[in-house]
Amino acid sequence: MDGTLTADGSIGRANRLKAVWRGDSGVLLGLLLVAIFFGVLIGPQFFRPANLELMAIQTVIVCVAALGMTMVIVSAGIDLSVGSVVALATVVAAVLLRRDYDPALAALGALGAAALCGFTNGLLITRLKVVPFIVTLGTMLLVRGAAKGVAEERRIEAPLTWLNDLLRTARGGGGFGVPAGIWITLVLALIVGAVLGYTRFGRHLFAIGSNERTARLCGVRVERRKLQVYTLAGLFAGLAGIFQFSRLSVGDPTVAVGLELDVIAAVIIGGGSLLGGKGTVVGTMGGAAIMAVIQIGCSQHGLPNWVQQIVTGIIIVMAVALDRWRQKAGS
Amino acid sequence: MRGVRKSFGATRAVNGVDFAVAGGEVCALVGQNGAGKSTLMGILSGAIRPDAGTMLLDGHPYQPREPIDARRAGVAMIHQELSLAPHLTVMENIALGVEPSRMGFVEWRRMREAATDALTQLGHPEIRPDGIVSDLSPAGQQLVEVARALAAGARVVVFDEPTSSLTHADVERLFALIRRLKAQGLAIVYISHFIEEVKAVSDRVVVLRDGANAGGGRTAELSPEMIVERMVGRQVEDLYPRTPREPGETLLDLSELEPGAATLTLRRGEIVGIAGLLGAGRTRLLRTIFGLEPVRSGRIRLGVYSGPASPAARWSQGAGMLSENRAAEGLAIGLSIADNLTLSRLTDLGPGFVVLPSRQAAAASRWMERIGIRSAGPRQPVGELSGGNQQKVALARLLHHDVDLLVLDEPTRGIDVGSKAQIYALLDSLASGRAVGARSARGRDGRPRAILMVSSYLPELLGLCDRIAVMCRGRLGPARPTSEWTEHSLLMEASGAQTA
Repeated sequence: MDGTLTADGSIGRANRLKAVWRGDSGVLLGLLLVAIFFGVLIGPQFFRPANLELMAIQTVIVCVAALGMTMVIVSAGIDLSVGSVVALATVVAAVLLRRDYDPALAALGALGAAALCGFTNGLLITRLKVVPFIVTLGTMLLVRGAAKGVAEERRIEAPLTWLNDLLRTARGGGGFGVPAGIWITLVLALIVGAVLGYTRFGRHLFAIGSNERTARLCGVRVERRKLQVYTLAGLFAGLAGIFQFSRLSVGDPTVAVGLELDVIAAVIIGGGSLLGGKGTVVGTMGGAAIMAVIQIGCSQHGLPNWVQQIVTGIIIVMAVALDRWRQKAGS
Repeated sequence: MRGVRKSFGATRAVNGVDFAVAGGEVCALVGQNGAGKSTLMGILSGAIRPDAGTMLLDGHPYQPREPIDARRAGVAMIHQELSLAPHLTVMENIALGVEPSRMGFVEWRRMREAATDALTQLGHPEIRPDGIVSDLSPAGQQLVEVARALAAGARVVVFDEPTSSLTHADVERLFALIRRLKAQGLAIVYISHFIEEVKAVSDRVVVLRDGANAGGGRTAELSPEMIVERMVGRQVEDLYPRTPREPGETLLDLSELEPGAATLTLRRGEIVGIAGLLGAGRTRLLRTIFGLEPVRSGRIRLGVYSGPASPAARWSQGAGMLSENRAAEGLAIGLSIADNLTLSRLTDLGPGFVVLPSRQAAAASRWMERIGIRSAGPRQPVGELSGGNQQKVALARLLHHDVDLLVLDEPTRGIDVGSKAQIYALLDSLASGRAVGARSARGRDGRPRAILMVSSYLPELLGLCDRIAVMCRGRLGPARPTSEWTEHSLLMEASGAQTA
């Protein structure tokens, strides 16, 4: 990893080694250790392509939502409404499909609804000057309620369409048999990584997250940037919702409860700081992958769910503690 | 302290320094930023562990491992940035960490008595022990911190830049306090950039340069020039260079602008200073001009643009502002030098909205080289730099943006004499239109700029400005040529003595 995706762009040629050590290597090392651990425990079949693909499919929903969350957390914000937005997106997609809309339009509708939720978050945060934690705690309930209202508190069965193939292995088709949804996520990860590292928008997010007053002094339109980043986060949550929908072709207003915590955990394990100004796409993807490996590994080894949860909890705290320790050692 | 050493990585912050202070004595510790003062005092107060050297306190070996050890041994630091809990009461702050308690319950009565005793000992019984600290003035808060040191039984008190947030009258009161502590037999270490203060309050001076002793002696036998020479290690050139300046067209025109009651014109090729006491509303006026605070009434014109505007618009109109508070506003401490320096203008660093880190670093390096920012490179986090170098980064942002109007709030606060001199030279060349830095005039460098600066340090206003206006109780007076002002008249006007 030569740091092409490290979004804070802090790789200098002179102290590249040090920078890599400070950068995403920790997450990737952690991923390697966890993978080796389960590889030894379960055996080489753990690394079979089919199994890897299973892990990717398991984690893709968290990954997509975490791309948006990475940007939000870099700007020192938080979005707790992600799980609810995912649920709303599945409901909207299902309702539209049942009314015989084209699948593409149904997906667009779901994305639109999700983006609107994000936009509302941004609007409330910038206009009412209420902290993001509180605003999105409110919209978490609000959007969940709206999803239940639209679905009339039922699961909505929708006809099968190509949307359901998004996370299905496309044998014989293009893409080396890897599901389209995974390709989409990888491409989006590249784009978000580039946006964070190499665009005005991305650098402004880092500046806002590092010191909002400095950003304002330097003429960064802080409010506008926040509105944009929360709308984007909503959009990514909407895409996560479409992936969620594609699994069962059901619009379920009670799905993805607590998903936002997995998403936040992925960003944090990946080196993001809730104080803002820090976070990378590579790290976030690594964080999501670590959680997926633990989840699949535990269940394939026959460990019960509660063990998984304990392990994941330990990993989250250890990841942040290790990160602190490395920073101290590095400076 | 004898032969104390401490290295950070390859940097030898302190390299064999000897330092001693006796009870009943005020010893001034002076030196440029990075000379090792803070490290030395960090070692004394247990925050930093030395690599080598010995320390004796009252003749006994003294090896603090944690700040609390130092506090128990009677060594107290009064920090540059106050270390108080603003929401708690005065007495809670004084007793913080050593609350008198019985079986885990705080004994409020004893706490109040101890606080009252300490405040009385300081000669300030008027401060109420159960007042909230954030309601006090900066001077009052500092007193609370000194009271905390006394209540803990301190015998050595270190004042680190204690006057940076104090008004002139409060400084006098602080000096009286220090003399009182001295008379009580305490050993005082006084760290300051201000030679005048050192002359006024100390008995002895110890100069540090590049982490080593660079002379010193009895204060009475040292002239300010001698002290500065030892700090800098060379003959001081003229601190305030003055290249002839040619005032051009009007760049800033204020007419009865509120808040500030400001009527002022500023022309290209001019430096106008605003003097005044802390809390006179100078910072607020600058922030209002720059769109960081709302205009209540009056007219404001910047170049061809009339009316209030957002900070973003001000930058695009060719104005840039330097904040008085580097850590809280001026710089994003966690980000790199390059990020901080280019933040206001990330255009032209790649195609379209793309920002290429390599171009960003190159742009930053150019300015870092030209105005002499000492660092490990443009990717270094700005928080790792010394105060003077940080300030140069904040100033370089305005140069990178290539602004015509520089709005500067306390451009030399808390930085060392060497950096100050460099910033004075920089501002002078900006106003006179000379090229910045070593390279010859290129492109647009020959254009004189307009500078509006607020400063609490009168010598620099008198040395640098073409005209000076005084702000008093939220009202800006007329800007008069510098030759019509003296330090004395500025102070009189600032304290409202002449308007009465």
